[in-house]
Amino acid sequence: MVLLGQFNYWVVFFLMMTGFYVVIARGNLVAKIVGLNIFQTSVFLLYISMGKVAGGTAPIVLADGALYSNPLPHVLILTAIVVGVATTALGLALVVRIKEAYGTIEEDEIHAKDDSL
Amino acid sequence: MIVENLPALQVVLPLLAAPLCLLLSRGRPAWLVATLISWLGLAISVVLLWQVKDGSVIHYAFGGWAAPWGIEYVVDRLAAYVLLIVSLIAAVMMPYAWRSLSSEIDAHLLPLAFTLMLLCLAGLLGIVITGDAFNLFVLLEISSLSTYALISLGKDRRSLTAAYQYLIMGTIGATFFIIGVGLMYQLTGTLNMADLAERIDALEDRRTLKTAFAFITVGLALKLAMFPLHLWLPNAYTFAPSVVTAFLAATATKVALYAMIRFVYTVFGTHFAFESMHIEVLVLPLAAVGIFITSVVAVFQHDIKRMLAYSSVAQIGYMLLGIGMATVTGLTASLVHLFNHALMKGALFLALGAVCYRIGRCDIDRMAGIARDMPLTMAAFVVGGLSLIGVPLTVGFLSKWYLLSAAMELGWWPLAALVLVTSLIAVVYIGRVVEAAYFRERPAGTETVQEAPAVLLIPTWILVAANLYFGIHSSLTLGVAGDAAAHLFGAVK
Repeated sequence: MVLLGQFNYWVVFFLMMTGFYVVIARGNLVAKIVGLNIFQTSVFLLYISMGKVAGGTAPIVLADGALYSNPLPHVLILTAIVVGVATTALGLALVVRIKEAYGTIEEDEIHAKDDSL
Repeated sequence: MIVENLPALQVVLPLLAAPLCLLLSRGRPAWLVATLISWLGLAISVVLLWQVKDGSVIHYAFGGWAAPWGIEYVVDRLAAYVLLIVSLIAAVMMPYAWRSLSSEIDAHLLPLAFTLMLLCLAGLLGIVITGDAFNLFVLLEISSLSTYALISLGKDRRSLTAAYQYLIMGTIGATFFIIGVGLMYQLTGTLNMADLAERIDALEDRRTLKTAFAFITVGLALKLAMFPLHLWLPNAYTFAPSVVTAFLAATATKVALYAMIRFVYTVFGTHFAFESMHIEVLVLPLAAVGIFITSVVAVFQHDIKRMLAYSSVAQIGYMLLGIGMATVTGLTASLVHLFNHALMKGALFLALGAVCYRIGRCDIDRMAGIARDMPLTMAAFVVGGLSLIGVPLTVGFLSKWYLLSAAMELGWWPLAALVLVTSLIAVVYIGRVVEAAYFRERPAGTETVQEAPAVLLIPTWILVAANLYFGIHSSLTLGVAGDAAAHLFGAVK
């Protein structure tokens, strides 16, 4: 039962490790950005899971004493999503410029052209 | 009225001026705005340091929402001290930026570059001043995102891959950091740093707290380029435009280090960090190995910017040594070196930027004999280099002195020996440049170049003068750093 109760966290850690692995293991620059996105998304889920109160409802205008979920983690994650979108946009923009400059977005081919990355 | 709002203005001014620079859409007005704002920022941080010098703490509740519910800005001595160094470096470098940047990037990108520099400045100042853990993450990302874009402005195409590599590693670091903050929120239900520090004491043996600690320290270690997580730094510093390199080397890693000190000493507290988690077991060996390896690697670099970048990683190692010692003297040495390293690396990179302005690239072969054509620039480089080595009468001597006395206080002779040996390695790598610039002939077929223009020389020499001034009149840096360090230890006892 404990394992099942922690279902959300299992998903979080599965996504986190998947994303992290993709960032490290893939040589394609766009794939790395995708991996980074999966990695960040797992954190969004982590925050949202912790805000949930069992049996709680949405925190809008309620009768006194009604049980509601903690809205603060959701607000934090809205900010983090915006940051994540900005990071993705900037990363993809860099990939476009790299493609223009090198003609490829594969890490090993860029490495062969000059000693960077 | 205005004095009460200074903590907010410190961050909000550059943040608001950034879009203004973008709207001006012409290079020179944008530069003038950026320079003016950076000078105002310096004035504000001087006033703030003046107000908290006696040990008082300014709490500023944003929007009137009282902490721990609202976001709070906190200025204590440590924060005011780091604010001062960041805004001092910005105020000196902004006037320099115009000539240097306009020779390295396209004219239509100039207003964007100044927008990014102001955003980066706002983010860095915000990290220092904020008292809210999540707010720190947002400001960290503001400064990091603008840094990635600034690095990609370099003229070499490798600046793009350097920026990409930094983006990947920086984002992983920042994400680790919010995982840690999230776990702490889950445990305590608060994000305010002072509130967190109070509640953590009772929860010291919780595994969630230990996990949070690990995530936060590793995340910040990535940002501050702790060996062996420094791999993004040499490329980023080498291929970014000169003034961007100078600005980042003098501020960005220092601010990340400040965040590390804040979390280890203020939020988690020395008892948890050192006696329960034994962070020193990880930090000290890595810092020691890192100092040695990166110093040696620096000796063999062809590109002088890259050489100084490796040297920066080594200098960060010195600061981490001081943090890892967990004594008041050690932490004082770290804080003093944080200030001093900004001055010396700022001076060195500005001098190098002036050389790049004249000869294009800063390879050691191209710099042969350059001191004959650019005596003032190279003299600045030499004084900055002496300070980096730690010659008496410069700020570098003070840092090394404090670090050595901290090591001896603990009886750690091997560490003291390491500091001395790596200082000698610094003699070698600075000496190589001096030898090439002063004693070799100019390469055949190159025309004589002129001395760097005054707009580049004056900021460089201001930082060189600061190296000497604070090396002799050490009461400001040592006094404030010592008080701040003692306070960080006193606060938890």
